[in-house]
Amino acid sequence: MTWKRTMTGLLWISPWLIGFACFTVLPLVLGVWYSMTDWTLLEAPVAVGMEHYTRMLHDEVVHAATRNTLVYIVITIPLLTVVSIALAMLLSRPARFIAFWRVAVFAPSVLPLVALATIFKLMYDGELGVINRGLEATGLRGPGWFTDETWAMVAIILMNLWVVGPAMVIYLASLRDVPRDLHEAASIDGVGWWGRLVHVTLPMISPVILFNVIIGLVNAAQVFVVPYIMTGGGPNRATYFWSMYVYDAAFRYGDMGYASALGVVQFLAILLLTIGLLLIGRRFVFYRGAVS
Amino acid sequence: MIAGTGAGRFGRAGMYLALALCAVIAVLPVLYMASISLQPAEQAMSESGLLLPASPAAAVRDGAANYGSVLGDGAVDFPLYFRNTLVIALLSVAGVVVSSVIVAYGFARVPWRGRGTCFLVLLATMMIPFPVVMVPLFVIFRSLGWIGTFMPLWIPAWFGSAFSIFLLRQFYLTIPRELDEAARIDGCGHLGILLRILVPLSLPAILVVALLHFMYVWNDFLGPLVFLTHRDQYTLALGLELYMSRLGTTPWNLLMAASTIMVVPVLLLFLLAQRSFIEGISTSGVKG
Repeated sequence: MTWKRTMTGLLWISPWLIGFACFTVLPLVLGVWYSMTDWTLLEAPVAVGMEHYTRMLHDEVVHAATRNTLVYIVITIPLLTVVSIALAMLLSRPARFIAFWRVAVFAPSVLPLVALATIFKLMYDGELGVINRGLEATGLRGPGWFTDETWAMVAIILMNLWVVGPAMVIYLASLRDVPRDLHEAASIDGVGWWGRLVHVTLPMISPVILFNVIIGLVNAAQVFVVPYIMTGGGPNRATYFWSMYVYDAAFRYGDMGYASALGVVQFLAILLLTIGLLLIGRRFVFYRGAVS
Repeated sequence: MIAGTGAGRFGRAGMYLALALCAVIAVLPVLYMASISLQPAEQAMSESGLLLPASPAAAVRDGAANYGSVLGDGAVDFPLYFRNTLVIALLSVAGVVVSSVIVAYGFARVPWRGRGTCFLVLLATMMIPFPVVMVPLFVIFRSLGWIGTFMPLWIPAWFGSAFSIFLLRQFYLTIPRELDEAARIDGCGHLGILLRILVPLSLPAILVVALLHFMYVWNDFLGPLVFLTHRDQYTLALGLELYMSRLGTTPWNLLMAASTIMVVPVLLLFLLAQRSFIEGISTSGVKG
C-alpha cells in the first residue's frame, strides 16, 4: 500500500523530477566534469585534472572579481535590509491612500532590470545626467560616476534601492503578524519607540529577516545585468563581478573548461555562505513556536 | 493606533511627507524615462536641456518622431523583438501553469513517503543561481540542437518552476480537505479532485503564478543572451542592449522611447493586478 502511494506521489511530481534531473542535476554534474577539462567546443574535451583551479589562484581577474563581488555583497545586504524594513514600517502605518503609496514604492521593482539599468546609466551620466545636474544646481560637483573606480561601485549598489519591492512586501506581511498586545505592554512599561523596535519588532520578524538576507545573498552573489549594462565591468575592472567572468570565459573566450570551474567555485561559495548564515541565524533568530 | 502613540499632528504630517518623498523618488526614474522619450535629440543630448519637454505640443510631435523611429527605422527591429518576447513568454507561461498545477497537487494532496524531503530539495533548487549552470546548460542544449532557437527559453518551463510549485502548493493547503472527501464519495479520483475542486478554487493563485512568470520571462536578460544567436530571434531585453552598443554616441531620446515600449506592458500588468501580485510575493516569505 505505501509502495503504491509512493508511486502515485512520484507520478504526480514526475514533470518536476524529470526537469530537476535534466536541467539542474545534470548541468551540476557535467559542470564538475567540464571544470577538469580543456575544452573550446571545437574539439573534444581533454582532461587536465585540477589545473583550472590552481590557475584561478594566480588569475588577477579572479582576484578582482572576488573582491568586487564580496564588497558588493557586504555593502548591499545590510543596506537593503535596513531600507526595506524602514520602508515596510512606514508603509504599515495607518495612512490615507495607503494602497497608492505601496504601489508607487513597489512599482520600479517590476521593471525589467535592463530597462532600469539603461535609465540609470543616463541619470548617472557625467554631463547629461539628472543626478549631477541636480547636484550642480545646489552648488555641489557630482563625481564622475562611471570614470571613478569607487563611485562606479557606489552607483551600482545605490541602484538596488529601487528594487527593494519584494523584500519590502515580505517584511510588510510579517509586521502585520507582530502581536499588538506586545507593543501595548511595552508602551505601558514606558518603553520608547526605539526600544520597541529593538526588543519587540525586530525579534518577532527575525525569521523573515534571515529569509530575506539569504535570498539577498543569492541574488547579490550572481549580480550580472546591471554592471553589464551600466559599466561593462569598468573602469579598470572595478565593477567586474564573478558572473561576468563566467560569461566572458565561456562565451567570449570560448574556454568552457575554465568557465565551468568558475561556476563550480561560485556554487560552492554561495552554498557555504548560505550554510554559514543559517548557522549564525540559529543563534539570533527568535522562533515563536520554539518558546518553552 | 499604536504606531501613532504620542506622535500627534506633527508625526502624521511627517509621515505623509516621508510617504510622498519615497513615492516620488521611487517613480522618478520612470518619469525621467518618459520625459526624455518625448524630447528631440538636441534637447535630450544637451547639457543645458530642460528636464521636461518644451510644451505639450512639442512633446506630442517629438514623441511621435522618437517612437516612430524606434518602431519603424528597421536598424533595430523592435516590433519583431516585441513579438519574439511575447511568443517565448506565452509558451513559457502556459508550460509553467500546466506543470506546476499538477506537481503542486503531488506535494499538497497525495500523501507519500519522502514527500517532505523532495519538497525541501525543490525549495533548495531555488537557491541555485543561473550563472552556475549556464555553461553546462548551453552544452546540453547545443547537443540537442536547441541553440539558436527559442526552445531553451520555454521548454524547461514545461517541467515546472520551483517557485510556482511552492506558491500553488501553499494555496492548495488552504483549501479544506472536506471538499476532496466529498468529491471522492462522488466517485472522483485524484485527477477529478484536482480539476473539479482545486483548480477552480485556486484560479487567483494560478493567475499570480502566470503573472509572475510572465514578468520573469519578459525581463530575463541572461537567458536570451546565452541561448539566442541570431539577431532576428532577439527579445526586447537584448534589443535594448543592441540599441545601446551598436551606435557610437547613444541616442538617449530613442533609447528611452525603446525602454518605454519594453516597460509599459509589465507596468500595466502590475497596476491591473497589483493586489494579488503583492500578496503572491508576500506568501513566499510566510514560512521563513
